[in-house]
Amino acid sequence: MRFKTLRDLPREELFAPGHRMCAGCGAAIAMRWVTKVLGPNAIVANATGCVEVTTTPYPETAWMHPYIHVAFENAAAVASGIEAAVKALRRKGRWTAGDTKVVVIAGDGGTYDIGLQSLSGMLERRHDVLYILYDNEAYMNTGIQRSGSTPKFAWTTTTPVGAAARGKVQWKKDIMGIVMAHRVPYAATASISHVLDLANKVKTAAEVRGPTFLHIFAPCVPGWRYPENKTVEVARLAVETGYFPLYEWDHGKLRLNPPSNNHLDKSKRRPLREFLNVQGRFNHLTEEEVAELERELDSYWQYLSKLASISS
Amino acid sequence: MREALTSNYAAAYAVKAADVDVIAVYPITPQTTIVEKLSEFVSSGELDAELIHTESEHSALSAVLGAAAAGARVFTATSSQGLALAYEVLHIASAMRMPIVMATPARALSAPINIHNDYSDVMNMRDTGWVIYIASSAQEVYDTVIQGYRVAEGVNLPVAVAYDGFLMSHTLEPVELNDEGEVAKFLPRAARPHVLDPRRPVTFGPLVSPDWYYEFKYQQVTAMNEAREWVVKTDVEYGQWFGRSYGLVEGYLLEDADYVVVTYGGAAYGNARAAADLARERGVAAGVLRIRLYRPFPTGEVVKALSGVKTFAVLDRAIMFGSPAEGPLYKDVVLAMYLHGVDKPSLNVIHGIGQRAMYVRDIYKVFQALREGPGRGVMYMGVRP
Amino acid sequence: MTLPGASQLPIGAVVTEPGSTRRNTTAGWRAYKPVIHDDRCVRCQLCWLYCPEGTIVELRGVFQIGGRKYDVKYEVVYDYCKGCGICANECPTRAIEMVPEVV
Repeated sequence: MRFKTLRDLPREELFAPGHRMCAGCGAAIAMRWVTKVLGPNAIVANATGCVEVTTTPYPETAWMHPYIHVAFENAAAVASGIEAAVKALRRKGRWTAGDTKVVVIAGDGGTYDIGLQSLSGMLERRHDVLYILYDNEAYMNTGIQRSGSTPKFAWTTTTPVGAAARGKVQWKKDIMGIVMAHRVPYAATASISHVLDLANKVKTAAEVRGPTFLHIFAPCVPGWRYPENKTVEVARLAVETGYFPLYEWDHGKLRLNPPSNNHLDKSKRRPLREFLNVQGRFNHLTEEEVAELERELDSYWQYLSKLASISS
Repeated sequence: MREALTSNYAAAYAVKAADVDVIAVYPITPQTTIVEKLSEFVSSGELDAELIHTESEHSALSAVLGAAAAGARVFTATSSQGLALAYEVLHIASAMRMPIVMATPARALSAPINIHNDYSDVMNMRDTGWVIYIASSAQEVYDTVIQGYRVAEGVNLPVAVAYDGFLMSHTLEPVELNDEGEVAKFLPRAARPHVLDPRRPVTFGPLVSPDWYYEFKYQQVTAMNEAREWVVKTDVEYGQWFGRSYGLVEGYLLEDADYVVVTYGGAAYGNARAAADLARERGVAAGVLRIRLYRPFPTGEVVKALSGVKTFAVLDRAIMFGSPAEGPLYKDVVLAMYLHGVDKPSLNVIHGIGQRAMYVRDIYKVFQALREGPGRGVMYMGVRP
Repeated sequence: MTLPGASQLPIGAVVTEPGSTRRNTTAGWRAYKPVIHDDRCVRCQLCWLYCPEGTIVELRGVFQIGGRKYDVKYEVVYDYCKGCGICANECPTRAIEMVPEVV
């Protein structure tokens, strides 16, 4: 059963306040909704990162689910083991907690970069695990260093803007493409600005058997350099400018979701500049650099369009 | 039931007898035949376990850690580079108090790459908070893996069962296999202090500040002391159940020995015993002390065994580069003696590196060296300097 | 305050009380606090939806606001509000005002 309106969304909070995530943190909104939609019968394996350090300051925890953090690069491997344990113990009559879902929560560093190998292994082995990536486009926990997810030209502390290099030199990695190449049954993008869509995707991804993946766009106040009340606005602009399209890869079919389903027509997208202008990390961009980002975005949309038509 | 088994197969048979729930492994020489045998057991249905073929040893150890946290009985195995790759998780597994059992046929470390035996890999994990056994026969590997589960689940620490790569891992020996029903009774499923259970949610692996961190490290220190008691108790009880026990150290001709070689593992112990026999024939009161439990170190047993001898040599198969004496076991033995106020001349003999052949005559020469003069220092045997 | 010793703590640094960050109020993080003007609230739920802390709570009941009748009402739990202002920024009727905290 899909959530049709906000009224259908679960009311019970399963992620405690008092955690140390920044005021206005995009990932905090994501965690709140992920936990609410999952419901209590889930086990969370968290990679090292912002969410991990801010939610588990000993002797406290914000988590109301059984939760485990082991290291940075291995959350998918830890989750694989938990899933296998639940399976084996259930078969042997020693798992009595019912239909427990195993969920990974990891940031972009733990997914695009250091955790890519264990993610690939988990997907290839077809573990019944939902992998949730909260993407804030840099190593924010260590203080804003570039990752494989950081977009081109973005300022970070390791891609400073100077005469020889103007922010990050390379493009953002296409993590969804990598995940889809594993032929997973279900993968989707979601944004903290579109909560109903996000909630439905968490629900679907948790219900589908086998490895599923959710790429959640989660703006970062200190890392992206925008005022803390603008988090949802920035995320919404990312979707409405086409920078972060909302789509589902559902059993081999690509489906663009509202409002991104209208964005194949470029004129329906807001100008990319509106997304860039609200963030200090793009302050230094020249007209030519913005034009380059726009061209790359156009070609990305052409790729999505092909993928949507080939798979439909 | 008696079977001719390699030590690797003996480990696999022990895992089957222990009715392990989750196994995660990655192939590496000389460990691979354990994975192969376990895969056969799982494929044939003889062992009802989830077998995860991870994409690395780091992930293999991470996966069994996760499975152990969920309450499963788990097993993994690796050697050399694989153990080095998993190094990060070794520390985490012990600090999170996960009852993992791991078989480790020991192998030299790169570079240059060498697939043969020494103990560079195992010695690198000596300070990671794992209980470490070093077995000397396929039978002992089988028995120790089973004992390992009782220890691991009793004290909530991971247990490594090491033995000579190739020299044991690929060498057939007769092994007496236990009745698996009896093993099941010997290894009842103990209630774990905390597991990942949605009905009683707990958080594993929090961020711990300087105000709290040291206490958890100290818990590991006390756990290691408890582990020593668990090892002793388990070994005695295992002997009562199955008729075989080993102790923390094993002596050969020690009672009246003046000159003792201290060693570990299979090949070195076998050759040292043969060398001691040879020395005895020639009128030298030679003896051998084998370290079976390497961590926690059997300090009391070692000091007791060596207090009455004139001099001793410690045979190491790993090198601590730049150390005052390069052998890791030598450092432990000498420190144990020092702490008990025993100062004896002794030698550190480094041999068997990268499986450089170590003959009985080599160890006989060690006895000769001990007899000729009380020395102190490190002897590099078998190397072309 | 004397903290517990190693033997008194659960082994392996396990945290046994779920949701225990609730012991840590974060009201002190705030420079501005959101004040909901209920007469301007149209019950769109967006403040509740987007609050990163889950500090905006939905009360059920019968609420008569002028000529309108509602079955819900939104309130801020100030113990945990960090004052980010997302609620005020997202409110379509400007019913939420960010008011400076008086020290």
